[in-house]
Amino acid sequence: MSDIDFSFDPQWAQTLGMPFMHNAFLAGLCIAVAAGAMGYFTIARHSTFAAHALAHIGLPGATGAVLLGLPVSLGLGIFALAGALVIGALGKRASQREIATGTVLAFATGLGLFFARLSSSASQQMQSILFGSILTITDDQVIGFAIFDIVLVIALAVIYRPLLFSSLDEQVAQAKGVPIGLMNVLFMAIMAGVITIAVPAVGTLLIFALVVTPAATANIIAASPLKAMCTASVLCLVSIWGGLVLSAMFPAPPSFIIVTLSTLFWVIARAVSAVKTTNA
Amino acid sequence: MTGSAPQAAQDGDRNTSGERNTAKNTVHEAAIVFNQAAVSRGDRVIWSNGTFSIPRGSVTAIVGTNGAGKTTMMKAELGLLPLSHGNVEVLGEPAGKSNKRIGYVPQSYTSDIDSNLTAEQSVLLGLTGTRFGFHITTAAQRNRAHKAMDFVGVADKASYRLSQLSGGLRQRVAIAQALVSDPELLMLDEPLANLDLASQRATVHVLARLNHELGMTIQVVAHDLNMLLPILTGAVYLLDGHPHYAAMNDVLDANLLTHLYGTTVQVVTTPQGDMFVTPSPDEPDDIEQDTHAPVEVAQFHHHAHQHQPDAPAAAPAERS
Repeated sequence: MSDIDFSFDPQWAQTLGMPFMHNAFLAGLCIAVAAGAMGYFTIARHSTFAAHALAHIGLPGATGAVLLGLPVSLGLGIFALAGALVIGALGKRASQREIATGTVLAFATGLGLFFARLSSSASQQMQSILFGSILTITDDQVIGFAIFDIVLVIALAVIYRPLLFSSLDEQVAQAKGVPIGLMNVLFMAIMAGVITIAVPAVGTLLIFALVVTPAATANIIAASPLKAMCTASVLCLVSIWGGLVLSAMFPAPPSFIIVTLSTLFWVIARAVSAVKTTNA
Repeated sequence: MTGSAPQAAQDGDRNTSGERNTAKNTVHEAAIVFNQAAVSRGDRVIWSNGTFSIPRGSVTAIVGTNGAGKTTMMKAELGLLPLSHGNVEVLGEPAGKSNKRIGYVPQSYTSDIDSNLTAEQSVLLGLTGTRFGFHITTAAQRNRAHKAMDFVGVADKASYRLSQLSGGLRQRVAIAQALVSDPELLMLDEPLANLDLASQRATVHVLARLNHELGMTIQVVAHDLNMLLPILTGAVYLLDGHPHYAAMNDVLDANLLTHLYGTTVQVVTTPQGDMFVTPSPDEPDDIEQDTHAPVEVAQFHHHAHQHQPDAPAAAPAERS
């Protein structure tokens, strides 16, 4: 065990100044905006497991894309979107189909492994797809993320109230004329997009901690949906940027620190709110 | 909180002129008309041969055993479930076309919701929840939400999250959300289920005031009629797969109720009003209960309503 080095790296400020770090910080900002906004609805719609599953459904797309020499994000996005449309078409009750979702999740992960084994390059990328590789994000990816964020914010602003209404009570919303089927499909499609841009940061396995956990923490802190979304984005941003800075200081992978920070915030918020409730 | 036609008409926020005209034309008509209506799920007929009409300004219960299709009936009236036969008209339009003028509180509301929305935000969605595009909540909308919350007695809970409220308070927030758009008809699915006695009374009291003060037509799916008896004007009972409508005097028939619930039911008259009870299994058979013939009970009921039309909360005692 003596060869494990946890020592502080005095060169960390220089590391942060590198061009790849620049991209990583920008990507982190884009991911935080998207994850914060969608995290709220993911929890409100009880779709956290479906969101988790989408990342895994994207896995064979990602490794398959490497196999075919296509960009990882493209394959991931296509598979996640296809999965999202199927889950969306099945309805909001998909969150209650845990066995079906879990089975598909496991199969997709296996398929991803199979594709990865078919080529050595896919095999090499497997770990970065599973656990993230925020330090390798390119300029083009950052531009793509920014465009996605703009589309996401506009789309959410347009469907905000009907989406919130159908999240609160689908039956009432439906009776009042909200197209709940469309809301489901739109929500899941946007979710697929968020997954696609968030996977490079922490990978398919850890995505829950980036999309759902900050939103859960924000729900404890802030009562209004808008405030909760902003809080979630800030928490997400602090986790990602904090992860980048700390991983430059200490020899630990950014993904690990990102999910650690995110989890830590959640634990603290839970504890503080529990103490408040007891004292009240 | 309005519900009265003139105020609703002034309210440009909500009504199109078309809706207003329809409302005017249907004032003398029935609120809900079933004509040979039937609903099937797959090959199974849930209920059929529903032909009746429910007057405006009435408070009606939909009663029947589990699985008889009570919720199904409400969904058919809202146009959420297709009919396999016949037709249903609600507020003078085919089922589903008049939903903007209906307030609906589904059953799952109180049990399922674990929302971080505040009561006020939830009620506001009843007003703005169907709007696409970017909108700022106006002071007028906020005002209407507060009037609705005030009416049901949860105005002081406006900034509480739904997840912080008790089942009874959530139920009332749900009713406020249904009321905020000034509906002519209020539909509630099992509004008293899972509520304690005090909350049940409070809910019944709100319904009574809506009916008396605003003339709102109310329909309630209910398992236990006892709590609702003082305010009911009639009931739709789902018996043998066919819905029937009867005015209250005819429903309070021990034989009918026994048939309906599939267990012995007796109609009992207490100083507080009529109620019906199912003798518990461990109760000795020789206990004399204050039972009356249905005709007699019908007279009591009629009598009570003549003398105290505004006393809805004089609810009957607990079910034994």
